Amino acid sequence: MDGYYAWMIVATALVLMMTTPALALFYGGMSRSKSVLNMMMMSYVALGIVGIVYVLWGWSMSFGPNDVGGLFASPFDLFGLKDVGWDSYIAVMFQMTFATITAALISGAIADRVKLSAWVVFVPFWVTLAYFPIGHMVWGGGFIAEHFAPQDYAGGTVVHINAGVAGLVLALVIGRRVGFGKEPMRPHNLTLTMIGAGLLWFGWYGFNVGSIVFTGDTEEANTAQFMSETGVTFLNTTIATCAAMLGWLLVERVLHGKATSLGAASGIVAGLVAITPSCGAVELPGAILIGAVAGGLCAWAVGLKYKVGMDDSLDVVGVHLVGGLVGTLLIGLVSSSAAPGGIDGLLYGGGFGSLGDQFMAAVIAIAWSAVFTTVIAYAIKLTIGWRVTEEAEVEGIDSDQHGESAYDLHTGLGGGPTSSTSVLAKSTVTEGVNA
Amino acid sequence: MKLVTAVIKPHKWEDVREALETFGVTGMTVSEVSGYGRQKGHTEVYRGAEYDIALVPKIRIEIVVGDDDADDVVGIIVKTAQTGRIGDGKVWVSPVDTVVRVRTGDRDDAAL
Repeated sequence: MDGYYAWMIVATALVLMMTTPALALFYGGMSRSKSVLNMMMMSYVALGIVGIVYVLWGWSMSFGPNDVGGLFASPFDLFGLKDVGWDSYIAVMFQMTFATITAALISGAIADRVKLSAWVVFVPFWVTLAYFPIGHMVWGGGFIAEHFAPQDYAGGTVVHINAGVAGLVLALVIGRRVGFGKEPMRPHNLTLTMIGAGLLWFGWYGFNVGSIVFTGDTEEANTAQFMSETGVTFLNTTIATCAAMLGWLLVERVLHGKATSLGAASGIVAGLVAITPSCGAVELPGAILIGAVAGGLCAWAVGLKYKVGMDDSLDVVGVHLVGGLVGTLLIGLVSSSAAPGGIDGLLYGGGFGSLGDQFMAAVIAIAWSAVFTTVIAYAIKLTIGWRVTEEAEVEGIDSDQHGESAYDLHTGLGGGPTSSTSVLAKSTVTEGVNA
Repeated sequence: MKLVTAVIKPHKWEDVREALETFGVTGMTVSEVSGYGRQKGHTEVYRGAEYDIALVPKIRIEIVVGDDDADDVVGIIVKTAQTGRIGDGKVWVSPVDTVVRVRTGDRDDAAL
């Protein structure tokens, strides 16, 4: 299985690329020009934090040997990768990149208004209390896997429903941006968003196709599984995404009159989200259906936030929660025993069993994520606080939190160095004295 | 001397420049500006959210000419920039007291 290990190194690097720079570009382009750096930094910082946390106790809590009530594994057994063999390091790295992008996904719900310090505190607590437990429950042999055995190939529940619910909770607890619903908050650079969406699609092959779990007893059986199953997940991931992009464009053409580039980029992500849990569960018609439904439904769902007055700024709920639910629940209808998952859904004559399992997994993931995100969100709100000042938010969070602006479009006018000017002035004086 | 200021549609700018050059205008100041008139703005839709974009991009041309040439220059701009549709822009003429060429210090008509 040399080929498998070579592929997994590549797959892991691809998933890393999904957070930095793909998601950062996707979100950054949709934010306003005065806050694009902060938006991108939330992804980059999430990578830094989760990377460290994951090797310290994340792997242990997700896949460690001592299960605690089926909810998570003990964080201490494999703390700091103690007793973890080098031959497991690629698996550790692969899983680390999943935890990273899940945390980074949440940032889109709270764009333009959150202190970097609050995000830095939120991320490690959130992955510890929400991500690692759900990961263990679904993939680590915990409660959900044991009682419902849902199909979640690459993270419909663990990644997308989880992040979508967290985005919903944070958007509600942290509140709306100043001027939300009154001032225009247009995407400032859709070319960045288009590049980000394309890179996400590319990276998603690592995410989905790399998520194969071997079931054979022999090397030959595993090789055969690798050779066939990766083809299915590769193709399903592609075709569902194509259908989702077209589905989104069609719905917005009907509802709003134009097929937009932002719609294409969003449809791509919605399709990738929905096919994430289902890429190993369905055959080609199922993949097309899941993609088309996800694209069309998400295109409609992103409008709901205006009706309820919630500032989920970049539609983490409308795309990741809705798309994650579409993919997770439609498995119950269109999964096929001819696909690698080997389970028939309702429409394939498998009865309601699969649908029930998928439903329960989704409900538990929603509940767990909602409870623990709410606890962390209020703990931060009541202590260090989430928001930058209203003035900083209006002037631009990039300048306030990072002391930078993303674009210097007027180099000729003003903007001379201030601190370095004084350095120059000093050296000039020194030269003068020496002369 | 007169200052001729014209605000026109961006895609008409090249035609206007060529026509003015043919007439003999040797220089002008051009800026990308935005604004609105009776045309108002337009609507953009992002993920279903409609935004009224109040300001429309335009090109502003400023030319200082002698008193005798002002009417001709205005006529050329109007003729060249006209599409007949709403949003074609405006041209106006204002008096100029003094002009100085920075390089030589020449004044008024000699500086044009």
